[in-house]
Amino acid sequence: MKTSRLNIRTPEGIVFSQQIAGPVTRFLACFIDQFCIQVVLMLAGLLISLLAVVSFNIALALYVIGFFIVSIGYGILLEWAWRGQTIGKRLLRLRVVDVEGMRLQFNQIVVRNLLRFVDSLPAFYFVGGVTCWLNSKCQRLGDIAANTVVIRHPRIDEPDLDQVLGGKFNSLRQFPHLAARLRQNTTPAEAAIALQSLLRREEFEPVARVELFAAIAAHFRSKVEFPAEATDGITDEQFLRNVLDVAYRSKN
Amino acid sequence: MIIDLQKFIANERPVWAELETILNRIEAEPTAQLSLEQVQHFHELYERTAADLAKLATYSSEPETHRFLESLVSRAYGEIHETREKRSRFSPLTWFFQTWPQTFRKHVRAFYLSLAITIAGCAFGGLAIAFDPDSKPVLMPFSHLLQDPAKRVAEEENSTYDRLKGQKTSFSAELMTHNTKVSIFTLSLGMTWGVGTILMLFYNGVILGAVAVDYIHAGQTKFLLGWLMPHGVIEIPAILIAGQAGLLLAAALIGRGQRAPFRTRIRQVSGDIATLIFGVALMLIWAGFIEAFLSQYHEPVIPYDAKIAFGCVELVLLSVFLAKSGRKNPTA
Repeated sequence: MKTSRLNIRTPEGIVFSQQIAGPVTRFLACFIDQFCIQVVLMLAGLLISLLAVVSFNIALALYVIGFFIVSIGYGILLEWAWRGQTIGKRLLRLRVVDVEGMRLQFNQIVVRNLLRFVDSLPAFYFVGGVTCWLNSKCQRLGDIAANTVVIRHPRIDEPDLDQVLGGKFNSLRQFPHLAARLRQNTTPAEAAIALQSLLRREEFEPVARVELFAAIAAHFRSKVEFPAEATDGITDEQFLRNVLDVAYRSKN
Repeated sequence: MIIDLQKFIANERPVWAELETILNRIEAEPTAQLSLEQVQHFHELYERTAADLAKLATYSSEPETHRFLESLVSRAYGEIHETREKRSRFSPLTWFFQTWPQTFRKHVRAFYLSLAITIAGCAFGGLAIAFDPDSKPVLMPFSHLLQDPAKRVAEEENSTYDRLKGQKTSFSAELMTHNTKVSIFTLSLGMTWGVGTILMLFYNGVILGAVAVDYIHAGQTKFLLGWLMPHGVIEIPAILIAGQAGLLLAAALIGRGQRAPFRTRIRQVSGDIATLIFGVALMLIWAGFIEAFLSQYHEPVIPYDAKIAFGCVELVLLSVFLAKSGRKNPTA
């Protein structure tokens, strides 16, 4: 089954996960890298052309070898020096890692880069792209042969809480131990649902909005039971705002 | 368990910072050795950070801290649970005289298979030319090989000018890069469960066999040997070794008769594949020089006997090198 996350469970029972990069993002990174390679080759060509004044033969030989080394060595050298990143991958926050979470080895980098020869067949990485699309970990043939996977470190932006919270009094915070329990029991996915429902409140019909907030609020009420003085007299929507304040803002 | 997040992060941050410092040092100096106490301390820091990650896993707040801890734990996990031998400081001489020939011998059966496929191709190409000379344009789609061998030899031997004058260096560079690309391609096709590698080896054999029979049939055996041997005795084994690497990859992919899981099989051979292909690249650099600077010159410039003798010496040296270099002395 295709998955968007690489989950690794350590022998200690700790699970850490990383987001797997999709084929489109990888293709864009590859496009940037190809552009960089062309720039390097152009600069090298200019320098070598100066040598042609002395000997055209040697200049041509240097260009042929330089072209070969740059086009093959670019990925190997940068991924080794930057621990799994090239310029394109760095810009798009991608990184090559070992599929089992082990240290990325030089020979893995060599194998995955050499196998670009088949992945790029017949043109524009068609074979690699199709393999990537079909593979559960979005690996191209080079990744499969090298036991590597490309992961993505998206920039995690703090949610714009001021937009939904507005600095109002939060009755739930009057009971710090219960607030702490609510924070502990609320998963990131649950908090994200509540946040999205508030951010997109104007998109719902009034009746549907009330029903939605009621359903979500009931879910959070079932997690931790607050005393009546904390919840009486506030709407389900305000209750959700208070829940989000507790979940996202750890400062009391 | 309920935790005071701010206090928890404030308390644990020094532990995470120390772990990060050690990881940075290990990653910057892969050859550095930690003492037993340092390893134990490193392991303690890893376990504590991993436990912190588990505690924070359910929190919606502090997403950056959570991601930072995931990154730290994954890096430390890779260092602690990595069972492959950590490479000591790379020594080109040790690699050349020990690692490469040892790797070749370790997988010599794949080399023999690569050789057998090429010989089968040679036999097919040779027989095809012998029984059906009209098949030459189909078997050898290279214009310079389609010429009548006797006519070509006469032209080469009577030539008064050096057709590679002023181009030898660039010609050798083109040969090196082209042959290296073909070798990498042969290796890469191992990912087709070896089918592509086998086809490449067989096709190379077909061309070689067809050319050989064509020249022998025309009575130009000595020219053929003098032309091909100086570079061919290195170039052909290089392609065979690339085929060996491709077949190795295919064997790991198929896993017939192996109980290890797929990832383990691949992990076991990836280092050897890289070693073999780097060795192939070195061989092709040498072959490229020889082909441009020696093979293309014939009698009366260079006697055929001298070229054949040079090729024989190269072949013997290569065979001895691959068979003996880096072999541990059993009496030592």
